[in-house]
Amino acid sequence: MSEITQPVSTSPGPWWQPLRIRERWRLAEIVFWLGLVAVYFVFPKQLLFGSQILITGLFALSLDLILGYAGIVTLGHAAFFGLGAYTAGLLAKYGVHDPLIGLVLAAGAAGLLGYLSSFLVLRGGDLARLMITLGIALLLSEIANQATVLTGGVDGLQGITMGPLLGLFDFDFLGKVAYLYVLGVSFVLFVLVRALMISPYGLSLRSIRENPRRAVAIGVPIRARLTNIYTFAATIAGVAGALLAQTTQFVALDVLSFQRSADLLIILIIGGTATLYGGFVGAALFLIAQDRLAHLSPEYWLFWLGILLIVTTLFLDAGVMGGLLRIDTLIRRRFAGWR
Amino acid sequence: MSVVLQTRDLCKSFGGLMVTHNVNLHIELGARHALIGPNGAGKTTLINQLAGVLAPSSGSIWLDGHDITQLPPHDRVRRGLARTFQINTLFPHLSPLEAVTNAIIERQRGELSVLQRRFFPLTHRRAELDEAHELLARLNLAQDCMKATRELAYGKQRLLEMALALACQPKVLLLDEPAAGVPEAESDELFCVLSELPDDISVLLIEHDMTLVFRFAERITVLVGGAELVSGTPEQIAEDPQVREVYLGKRHA
Amino acid sequence: MPRDRASSKVPAVLSFLGVLFDGLAYGALLFLISVGLSVTLGLMGFINLSHGVFAMLGGYLLVTLMDRGGWSFAACLPLAFVATALLSLVLERTLYRPLYRSTHLKQVLLTVGIIFVAVACATYFWGPGQQRVTLPQALRGRLSAGGVDLSWYRLFLIACGALITLALIFGLERTRFGARIRASVDAHRTAEAMGIHVDRVFQITFAIGSGLAGLGGALGVNVLGLDPYFALKYLAYFLLVVVVGGPGSIMGTLLAAVLLGVADTTGKYYVPEIGPFVIYLAMIVLLLAFPHGLLGRKKAL
Repeated sequence: MSEITQPVSTSPGPWWQPLRIRERWRLAEIVFWLGLVAVYFVFPKQLLFGSQILITGLFALSLDLILGYAGIVTLGHAAFFGLGAYTAGLLAKYGVHDPLIGLVLAAGAAGLLGYLSSFLVLRGGDLARLMITLGIALLLSEIANQATVLTGGVDGLQGITMGPLLGLFDFDFLGKVAYLYVLGVSFVLFVLVRALMISPYGLSLRSIRENPRRAVAIGVPIRARLTNIYTFAATIAGVAGALLAQTTQFVALDVLSFQRSADLLIILIIGGTATLYGGFVGAALFLIAQDRLAHLSPEYWLFWLGILLIVTTLFLDAGVMGGLLRIDTLIRRRFAGWR
Repeated sequence: MSVVLQTRDLCKSFGGLMVTHNVNLHIELGARHALIGPNGAGKTTLINQLAGVLAPSSGSIWLDGHDITQLPPHDRVRRGLARTFQINTLFPHLSPLEAVTNAIIERQRGELSVLQRRFFPLTHRRAELDEAHELLARLNLAQDCMKATRELAYGKQRLLEMALALACQPKVLLLDEPAAGVPEAESDELFCVLSELPDDISVLLIEHDMTLVFRFAERITVLVGGAELVSGTPEQIAEDPQVREVYLGKRHA
Repeated sequence: MPRDRASSKVPAVLSFLGVLFDGLAYGALLFLISVGLSVTLGLMGFINLSHGVFAMLGGYLLVTLMDRGGWSFAACLPLAFVATALLSLVLERTLYRPLYRSTHLKQVLLTVGIIFVAVACATYFWGPGQQRVTLPQALRGRLSAGGVDLSWYRLFLIACGALITLALIFGLERTRFGARIRASVDAHRTAEAMGIHVDRVFQITFAIGSGLAGLGGALGVNVLGLDPYFALKYLAYFLLVVVVGGPGSIMGTLLAAVLLGVADTTGKYYVPEIGPFVIYLAMIVLLLAFPHGLLGRKKAL
């Protein structure tokens, strides 16, 4: 799961024990998810913001799949997010009020776009990919901009009303139901993704990222795998977008913007790639910082964000999660002799 | 003797430059076949065409009686054709165990269910992990099998290069200069590995190390300027005047 | 920029010629700005998304010198070239060079960061609005030729574009330095082995390319517009021109720039609702059809 070598184990288990250790749920992970549940009780007034962070974290997780695990650099991931958002919004506006049905349909739409665009994206090298992903997102953005009748254009899509979740829980103004909804969906998807990444499939993805030539030479069907993960990642991004539309009951044009794709890239890099939690950590840091700094003035925020990017790429490396994992390895080494 | 891998009038040109000239190579079952020739003779290009990484300009490639010329590289591996690289082409952050297990599971793809391949952890694949460990042990890599590949010594990496190809359980093994960069002292270990390869694997070996070639090969083909100069037993090749000329210059012919 | 369609007295063909002419001028600007990116991408494989920032620099320099300093248009242009070239060298040394051998992801992140900083600074110093330049008397107005009205300024732009293209081609084909550039683009390591200081070649080429971008930005203030988000707004266009033309190929960049300029202008004139839609679609189609660019080198992008 991480780029750092297996934790040192001096326990006399079978020789594959270190692999097993990495696969098991760590205490920190359980604390993390329980903590998110605790937020519901501890910060009842901040739940809308909390939902935002979770949604962005889920979105970042979907990018992690293709960037961190498959090594595809994309500048247009917002395309799937935006498509999910608009689909869910339009569905709710025109009669499909059940949140889960809307969610599934929106995910399907985003997944379909992901599948179709994967054929384009997987040709050519890094630069061509960058261009094509950017192009697709810009294309969608233009369509959304022009199709004002459908999307509300610059004013955004309004008039979204959601029915009760599972037929029982109405969405409330404080965002309490929304938060649990987002948390639930995020957790389920996270578990799915986690299982996928520790499986042989996940290993083959990592091998593709590490050395595509060699992966081919040992029989990995690269095209098929990458198409697969790209589609899957698009679906998850679509879910995140749909959640946004459903919980805020509004879809702005910026869901498809370059800014959103770029911000997402930054979030994932800050948090750290290929760790599965990097997206959530990065999202929390980014959004909280943005919340504090951006209303001083937007240029101020943009400036420091730029500086952060420059400094991080020139001097720092594996992001926050990388740092945390390194600390974790150090601690394990230190305490290994105590067993 | 049955021919397990062959090329028919294989040609490859880049623009005006012809790098493979009507090559008709025959590898027999259980062969220990070496391909030698001066630098630039097109040996690696030939391997790349056999492996499917490079498309030939004309001609065909046959594996086990099937035309595989149009087959993509990963499908050729499934059919039993594996290759190694002249320069270590490994997975830097994966451990040898993970890398080899990856190859084995890929090979076993047909036998495993979707759940097993995608939703159960890697460590549930005991059989494949055990097979990987065993293979690595045979190549003296067991004690290093959990380290990241980039931390291994060069010689060990070279052995891992071979292990990855063997993990595919190939019928035909294409080895591109396995001794490249390996110092004299360690090339014995390499030779042991090569000589212990099962008899039912057919091997095509590209090499510059003549000691290794003459110890290992039962048949040698000399490639010059992309074309086959001569093929024969090691003794025949050693005596052949044309070969001498190619390697030692006109005066020694 | 869009022509006045109300003058329906003008026959369709002439009207089209007029649009074509505007498109050529637009293409000339795109070429000037993008050619530097193309060559440096071909030389070093460095994905520089912040190339548009150099154009911005040239533009803002022109505006500031003319408004505050009272400089003439003609005097500002060479200064835009030189100042941008020099500044680009500073950036190259401090920010870009450490990442030449790094991953494309890092290059993307770095250069996006540079764009953000540039946007923020531009907003801070010049405000968020569009800048405009008062053109010198000689370049205002139109020339009537065969029933078509051609703006003098756009003629000037096309002339600049043509001149610089010729200069570049001459420089590449006929000078020794040009030969070194070509050698370095074709085969980096071999060039080094032959004693060519590829790094030095690259620096000078980079400076020239960035200078040209600055010049293009200055020339384009009234045509392309100039606001703090310039580098972001036109990012896709510059990349498109470079990628479709083929990195490392000057003629390719010219061809792509002209094509894009004409297509965009034609699109905006005849079907204004569609706007950039056509361009992005064209980009995707072209990239699929020509993964190496129209006239690019054999290296895949």
